[in-house]
Amino acid sequence: MSRIQEAFAGKKAFIPFITAGYPDLETTKAVLRAAQENGADLIEIGIPFSDPTAEGPVIQTANVRALEGGVTTDQVLELVEEVRRDGSVTVPMVFMTYANVIYSYHEGGDGEADGSDGSDRGRYGFCRRCAEVGIDGLILPDIPFEEKDQFEDACRQSGLDLISLIAPTSEDRIQMIARQAQGFIYIVSSLGVTGVRSDITTDIGAITAKIREVTAVPCAVGFGISTPDQAARMAEQSDGAIVGSAIIRIIDRYQREAAPYVGEYVRSMKDALRS
Amino acid sequence: MAIQADSRGRFGQFGGQYIPETLMNAIIELDEAYKRYKDDPQFNRELEVLFNEYANRPSRLYYAGKMTEDLGGAKIYFKREDLNFTGAHKINNVLGQALLARKMGKTRLIAETGAGQHGVATATAAAYFGMECVVFMGKTDTERQALNVYKMKLLGATVVPVTSGTATLKDAVSEAFREWTSRIEDTHYCLGSVMGPHPFPTIVRDFQAVISRESRAQILEMEGRLPDAVLACVGGGSNAIGSFYHYIDDSDVQLIGCEAAGRGIDTFETAATISTGRLGIFHGMKSLFCQNEYGQIAPVYSISAGLDYPGIGPEHAYLNDIGRAQYVPVTDEEAVQAFEYTSAVEGIIPAIESSHAIAHAMKIAPGMDRDRILVVTVSGRGDKDCAAIARYRGINIAE
Repeated sequence: MSRIQEAFAGKKAFIPFITAGYPDLETTKAVLRAAQENGADLIEIGIPFSDPTAEGPVIQTANVRALEGGVTTDQVLELVEEVRRDGSVTVPMVFMTYANVIYSYHEGGDGEADGSDGSDRGRYGFCRRCAEVGIDGLILPDIPFEEKDQFEDACRQSGLDLISLIAPTSEDRIQMIARQAQGFIYIVSSLGVTGVRSDITTDIGAITAKIREVTAVPCAVGFGISTPDQAARMAEQSDGAIVGSAIIRIIDRYQREAAPYVGEYVRSMKDALRS
Repeated sequence: MAIQADSRGRFGQFGGQYIPETLMNAIIELDEAYKRYKDDPQFNRELEVLFNEYANRPSRLYYAGKMTEDLGGAKIYFKREDLNFTGAHKINNVLGQALLARKMGKTRLIAETGAGQHGVATATAAAYFGMECVVFMGKTDTERQALNVYKMKLLGATVVPVTSGTATLKDAVSEAFREWTSRIEDTHYCLGSVMGPHPFPTIVRDFQAVISRESRAQILEMEGRLPDAVLACVGGGSNAIGSFYHYIDDSDVQLIGCEAAGRGIDTFETAATISTGRLGIFHGMKSLFCQNEYGQIAPVYSISAGLDYPGIGPEHAYLNDIGRAQYVPVTDEEAVQAFEYTSAVEGIIPAIESSHAIAHAMKIAPGMDRDRILVVTVSGRGDKDCAAIARYRGINIAE
């Protein structure tokens, strides 16, 4: 069982998402620690990308601000290294980012520069670096099942889980994806991009039932969740809840002072999943 | 015939389907529908009627005699896509996709647009077919192409100004993808270039291939032989691939794509992807992109809003890789000079995009023998650019 799967053992997992470097790396560090202290079971860290096509306006803006502040992929890796080394974050952590960030790591790319020669370039080099600093898996929203092989191999070599996504439109694809899933399955709750929604209408129970027929890999629901009630309802039909935009909104509001407020929010969400 | 993508939508290592899981079934549905209709005689008859009766095809192959004489070298022919209805090659692709979308039962078209030509063409097709239409356009572009925004609205489309990122074409593409992810059932994304996930690069190419199908027959009729080179401007690359396609197997015909170098390929203010980009994954495809060392997509610049895109279609990246086509950078200044020259000498005001291809023809024609032949695609007309070019020359005119 991978570290990620252990995070789901015997409980409903709460998974907060944070865009690294927004508003700055120090704040991200403080927020990561606050999330761990207040009951986060797994943490998703977004490496900023210039054109995050799966994100709604809230996380888009966080990406842009982080990049404007000069945050680089290497700095995000160092940040993870630091909170692992001082022992302040022990729960599993996964990176959420876009294919090009990994593909082009240190101007890597196909063939000689993909890092398969042991260099720090491209997807192999990036995955090795992830394993070194203490990352447990990757979520790549622009890598569907059909394109995953070239990234999966790099992940496997470094012992990372490549997380699969299943959407409300997946239908006949659900079991094909679930059969090869690792770590956990990210169920996208709604059509569209990330962002807070007042109502989630997808039949999550029906999707998890289909997944359960073929795999025991845990399922967490994300996209649109912001309130403890929503989280509890989603977790009833799955193994956990993922929250991004609602947390970024707290950081929008409190900026460098955001850590305790995010901590308080994480606690309220985790409490809702316990009851 | 020519080059086809493999079953996974790849031209060599380029192409593919790098999109969110939410869109995968929509893309598969589109691929299946296109396979069903592309060789369907009824579909092709309907498309031909639309091309001929509505869009004013075939477009003329015009011998630019004054220019040829003045430059004193190779004979220059213009493939006049500027004479198409709506004033550019964009209508070819849009009529094809709108017809396909209707066969698929879609009632709503969404599109991105840079200069506004693809947006106007999509709004036109939507009006013709009675479909709802939403066009995403970078806010910067809505300002530099205000007339086209008005036209789209007149045609019944909703124009959404995009403020994210650099507020230009790439951001309009991102926003159109986001919109498609949120509403798939009744909506077809009418992509405007040979880019994005498979099958778009193939679909758009096939509908644009009418350009070279005609020009090849026309030049054989007029000159009794094939041209020595075919030139077209390249942003995403739809008019260029359409201009090249039926010559790809004719290895003696040189294919030349003209990229927007902006203020020069040694500056940061450029959009020349082949000259300055490298391999990456973005907007659904593996191809060449202008990007920084961390894979962040670079802001690009060109005087031409239609070429202002940080990537290039996968088939072009492949043609470049195997050496079948050459790609050359053309600066703003060279394009503006060609724009002015063609207006003064031939009485034809070409689009600033097309002026990039004409500029390169002006460079190479004088050094070629008089029995050599160049076919240059004039992809669009330049009315839309007059105010911007005047501004470039320091003249302020009210539109």
